[in-house]
Parts: sequence; structure tokens; C-alpha cells
Amino acid sequence: MTSADSALDGAVAIRDVIIIGSGPAGLTAAIYTARARLAPLVIEGEPSSTSDQPGGQLMLTTDVENYPGFPDGVMGPELMMSFRAQAERFGAEFRTAKATKVDFSEQPFAVWIGDGCYLGRTVIVSTGAQSLLLGLPNEGRLIGHGVSTCATCDGFFFRGQEIAVVGGGDSALEEALFLTRFASKVYLVHRRDQLRASKIMQDRAFANDRIEFLWNRRVQEIRGDERLEGLTLEDTQTGEHSSLDVTGLFVAIGHRPNTELFADWLDRKPNGYLVTEPGTARTNIAGVFACGDVQDDYYRQAVTAAGSGCQAAIDAERWLEALGH
Amino acid sequence: MAEGISTLDDSTFDETVGSADSPVLVDFWAEWCGPCKMIAPILEEIAAEQDNIRIAKVNVDESPDLAMRYQVMSIPTLIMFRDGEPAKRLVGAKPKSALLVEIGEFL
Repeated sequence: MTSADSALDGAVAIRDVIIIGSGPAGLTAAIYTARARLAPLVIEGEPSSTSDQPGGQLMLTTDVENYPGFPDGVMGPELMMSFRAQAERFGAEFRTAKATKVDFSEQPFAVWIGDGCYLGRTVIVSTGAQSLLLGLPNEGRLIGHGVSTCATCDGFFFRGQEIAVVGGGDSALEEALFLTRFASKVYLVHRRDQLRASKIMQDRAFANDRIEFLWNRRVQEIRGDERLEGLTLEDTQTGEHSSLDVTGLFVAIGHRPNTELFADWLDRKPNGYLVTEPGTARTNIAGVFACGDVQDDYYRQAVTAAGSGCQAAIDAERWLEALGH
Repeated sequence: MAEGISTLDDSTFDETVGSADSPVLVDFWAEWCGPCKMIAPILEEIAAEQDNIRIAKVNVDESPDLAMRYQVMSIPTLIMFRDGEPAKRLVGAKPKSALLVEIGEFL
């Protein structure tokens, strides 16, 4: 509290809107609030090679085929740069940094970036979700040496090689299909005997003869010193172990929401996603709104995230109006 | 005088990196890599601010042999070359402050 107080003493301007996160939800909220002349500040995150970065998960994709308005598809990073440019055009201000702490105990709300404190009458939380890793020994050490968090960044380097993708949802199949452009063979390792992925993705994957499905298997060990040398798999039915010699490992086993920062303030579901009032972007704290994947464990699409970002912006705007701002 | 970022390929890499009298930070990147685009403006800033190193880029699509020679398996990869030899390797996009700490010994 003391630093918020001293920030107030230091006459820090109180902003109408602070947006934390810069995927489709956060940037749509920025476009709408900027056009409403609320001069939003967007704390957009910092560069990384995981999905937790400015622009969000789409920064690690290639062709986006299901975003309306692009009949020939659009590259994920290009789409996000267009979102950002559109928000900037209407006066959104950006900080390329991560929010490190928030205090929602009273008005104005405080958001910190390291030592710097920003104050806002409303906060829109759109920090999204990030990909899960397996959490096995060697995994972190071998990132960039065969273990990858970004198929689009690294697939190129596995030309003619045999690699593995772990997972059974749409993102696992998208990665597997993308990687067949380079790899001679893609093993899809899945712990069950059927996929969660959509029908169209399943059809494409089953039709691709470079993809071989290894059902009912989980990765038990990641082997390699300087670089990935292979995996030890365990059969989930029989407990039997087998070895898979691959030079690349791509993990697509799901996501977790980036909500730790808000744990003291905002209601979360048991799975960590933020709770919003149905049909709105309102959280349990009046004046704090949430949109996009951080509060959506069901649809998780760019277009639904963008739609909920618009809702958050309009909710924030009306809330400010009701306060007389 | 700080300089901009030069582009190196198979034919210019050895001569430029080998004959440089200051360390050269080489950014292995490609057009299709989102995180590479994210750090490009950061590298521009560092190139403009730092006089003691040079910064160069290698497009892995156009120079796959260079990527292979230096065992680049993930981009962006940044390799700091001193006297023509790799002295430090950084894999993955990082914020500017973290990059400056990592390459601090060369500045």
C-alpha cells in the first residue's frame, strides 16, 4: 500500500483504463476504449518464446484460417500486429513489460511494473493462458536443443528428421500437421485412445501418412545430454516401457491461465480461470473486468477472445459513465 | 559511432565476423517467426545505443548452411562472436533488460 500512496503523492496521473495483456481480447478492448477517448494504457507483456508474450498465443502460430475477414487466411503474428496498430492509431499507449503486482483493494486500482506504479479507475484483465510443459527433468534444459515450445519457430530445423508431438487436442494436431512440412515422420503421443480435437483436424491428421499415432502412451523420460536423443514412453494400459528415438519434441498438452497475479483479489474457478458474471466481463470487483482466455476455458478462440474484449471495453466505459467520468 | 544492423549470408559471414575488431552479435531469424519479429526493434535499439559491439542478422531461410554450422535449432538464437568464434549463445526471445544483462560482459 505504501508505494501506491507514495505514487499518489507523486501526482501520478489516474487513468481511466489500464489493460493488462495484449492478445486479441486485450487489443480489442484497447481499440474500443481508445475510440471512446479513454486513452487506455496497455501493459502488453515482454518478449519470450513461449505463448506468454505481447500478442499472445497467436504470435506462435502460422496460418489462421478461421478468423473472419481473411478468406485466404492470415499469419498469426501479422494479425496481432494489425490489432496493435489499430489500437495505436486511436491513441492506446503501450508498455512493453510485465505487470508484476496489482492492488485492487480500493479506487483507484494500482498496477505495478517493477518499481513503477500506474493507477486506473478501471482495469481490464486479458492476460490469457500459456502452454503447459510436461514438467519432466531435462525438459527445460533441452529447450532449444530439441525440445521446443514453438513449432512455428523451430519446425524448420527438423527437416528430414523424426520427431514427436505430445497431446490430443486441436493444438497438438495443428502442430503435428504443420511439422509434417519438415519432418520425415511425426509421432503423435497421446495418453488416451481417442482425440479431443475437432473432426476436421482429426480427418486431416488421419489422412496424413507422415503422422503415426502412438495411443495410450505417456512420456516418462526425456533423454539427452547436449541435445535431445530420445524419449522413454510408458503404455498407460500395460505399464510397459518403450523407447522412441526422436530428435525433436513438441509439447501441446493444454494451457493454464495466467492468473497468479490476481489470486489475492479475483475469484477463480478450481482450474484457475477467472470467474466473470455470465454474459458480461465483470469480475467480483466492481471496476475490474476480464476478457479472453484468462476467463474462458471452453471456447478459447481468437474471435471469441476479441468479442469478449469488446464486451469488457463497453462494460468499463458504462461503469465509468455511471461514476460520472 | 554506433552502426545499424547489417545482413550477413553464406558469402559475407566469415569475412565480416572473422575480421571484426569488436564482438559481433548475430541474430538468426526468419520471416515466419513471431518471437523474432518481437525482438527485432530491441536489437535496433541496442545497435544504436552500444558502440562496443556490432549486430548482424542471418536469415535462416536464405542461409540454412550457416544455421546448420552453428547448430541453430530454435529461433531466435543470438550468438555473440569474438575473434570469429562463438563466445555466447542465447536461445529464445527476451526483453531488452534481460538481453543487456546477458551480453553485459561484451559491452
